[in-house]
Amino acid sequence: MLTVENFGKSFTTHHLNQTRKAVSGISFNVEKGEFLGIVGKSGSGKSTVLKSIYGTYKPNEGQILYDSERFGTVNLHEIPDHDLIRLRKTEIGYVSQFLKVMPRTTSFELVVLSLLEMGVDRVTAEVTAEETLRHFDLPEALWHNYPNTFSGGEKLRLNIACAVVKAPRLLLLDEPTASLDQASKLKVRESISKLKDSGTTLIGIFHDLEFMEGLCDKVYDMSARAVKETV
Amino acid sequence: MSTNDIVMSIRDVSKRFGEGCEACREDTSILNGNICPDCGTVHAVRDISFDLHEGEILGIVGESGSGKSTLMKMMYFDQENTSGDYYLRSYENGAENVFDVSSQKKREIRNEQLGMVYQNPLHGLKINFSSMTNIAEKLIAGGSRNVGEMTARGDMFLEKVNIPLSRKFEAPKNFSGGMQQRVQIAKALSNYPPILLLDEVTTGLDLSVQADVLELIKEIQREMGVSMIVVSHDLAIIRMLCDRTMVLLNGEVIESGITDQILEDPQHEYTQQLVYSIL
Ligand SMILES: Nc1ncnc2c1ncn2[C@@H]1O[C@H](COP(=O)(O)OP(=O)(O)O)[C@@H](O)[C@H]1O
Ligand SMILES: Nc1ncnc2c1ncn2[C@@H]1O[C@H](COP(=O)(O)OP(=O)(O)O)[C@@H](O)[C@H]1O
Ligand SMILES: [Mg+2]
Ligand SMILES: [Mg+2]
Ligand SMILES: [Zn+2]
Repeated sequence: MLTVENFGKSFTTHHLNQTRKAVSGISFNVEKGEFLGIVGKSGSGKSTVLKSIYGTYKPNEGQILYDSERFGTVNLHEIPDHDLIRLRKTEIGYVSQFLKVMPRTTSFELVVLSLLEMGVDRVTAEVTAEETLRHFDLPEALWHNYPNTFSGGEKLRLNIACAVVKAPRLLLLDEPTASLDQASKLKVRESISKLKDSGTTLIGIFHDLEFMEGLCDKVYDMSARAVKETV
Repeated sequence: MSTNDIVMSIRDVSKRFGEGCEACREDTSILNGNICPDCGTVHAVRDISFDLHEGEILGIVGESGSGKSTLMKMMYFDQENTSGDYYLRSYENGAENVFDVSSQKKREIRNEQLGMVYQNPLHGLKINFSSMTNIAEKLIAGGSRNVGEMTARGDMFLEKVNIPLSRKFEAPKNFSGGMQQRVQIAKALSNYPPILLLDEVTTGLDLSVQADVLELIKEIQREMGVSMIVVSHDLAIIRMLCDRTMVLLNGEVIESGITDQILEDPQHEYTQQLVYSIL
């Protein structure tokens, strides 16, 4: 489903006249329906790997091959921007702690929109959005508010709702439980496990290793540059 | 044009203000910014190419003088190009360079296949005539003759942009800046063009009014599926609206990409400056 081959990324900051290597020599492979965890200390490049798969970062070494439903096998860094945008709308999801800003759009509408861009009709989208927000315990009083004012945990649950509701083929999770209490974490875990059962391939970074136990099929260790099977 | 979801293609489009000396016509002179040091010709837009896809919002960002408005004016036939090609799916399915068609045809394309919203409402509206008259004028230019239909269309679009119908016979000169922009948007959309061009439409508005207009733009894009080109010097606005973004400097595209990539991993020195200065 996804093959990362000798991937590396460096950042050039022109005004400092500086180029820094963030990460290099990363190779792993995720089969359809598998859950790969990524572990490593802070600053080791975990988020850089995920963002480069999603296309937020432009990698400069190696390649990232994805078996897409729509286009067949593609190198995610060579396909046209427009095709990558289409994959993001329909196949590849990404969740982080940061909420995407949208002018005056309510939390309910955000979830509806994620469904609409997949081609779901509005009535179905609204029903599904309601179920999903309920599942993630986003208080009904907040559904028609703008998320700018939400707490970290509320924003995060909204982000997860927007991603999960699409049941993407490939879901990238960058510490999606970082600021959640235990009850919310369990809800997230439950949803992830449901997605996995339904065939979604997942790659996730969690600071909380316990949380990943029993969910991940294997773990990529940034410091060892190797995949370990976990059973 | 290749794929069928491309609604507009721009190829190697340039615009020079001035005759141009031999060196700058052949593009061998080293410009000072966008000006030829030998003859003083302004190279406002230089060799720009891009595609606009159906339903997408493409952002164009760059500092004042980088050529954004000149590019938009060429697309709306307000300004003639110096060189390059321009194809529209809505015109002969993209088979003809619309820069080369007759001025009669250009007027038709402008009235029926494109909508333009200018930074300055005076450029897009007859400010002393009512909102309804402004819309009717665009509809008539697009071939409508039935008064009943035109008023119904006018009502519908004024409602869509939240102008109270009780004020539809008032001249926009009495309206606030935000309302004037909303009337411009209603007028630009009234013939259901597949493409809407928006040039710095929220520049100069109060922040909360700006947010209203941005939300309106996003809503229209969702509901009508119009493809849009949004020009702004403000990356924060581009971030909210645009799927893809092109960065212009001295008339050239120095970088383009998916908007979050431009924002989080800017490659060019100038783009980095822009990104680091977002509030
Ligand atoms: N957009 C960026 N610009 C410059 N440097 C970056 C950027 N993103 C990450 N880095 C650098 O890359 C390295 C890895 O960061 P990151 O991938 O966030 O690590 P982790 O997620 O493992 O904590 C760090 O040194 C970080 O400063
Ligand atoms: N009618 C004109 N005559 C001469 N120079 C012009 C004219 N219009 C624009 N320019 C020049 O072309 C360049 C690009 O201007 P413009 O497209 O308005 O930039 P922007 O919209 O990015 O601020 C500037 O250097 C400007 O001075
Ligand atoms: Mg990280
Ligand atoms: Mg301008
Ligand atoms: Zn010259």
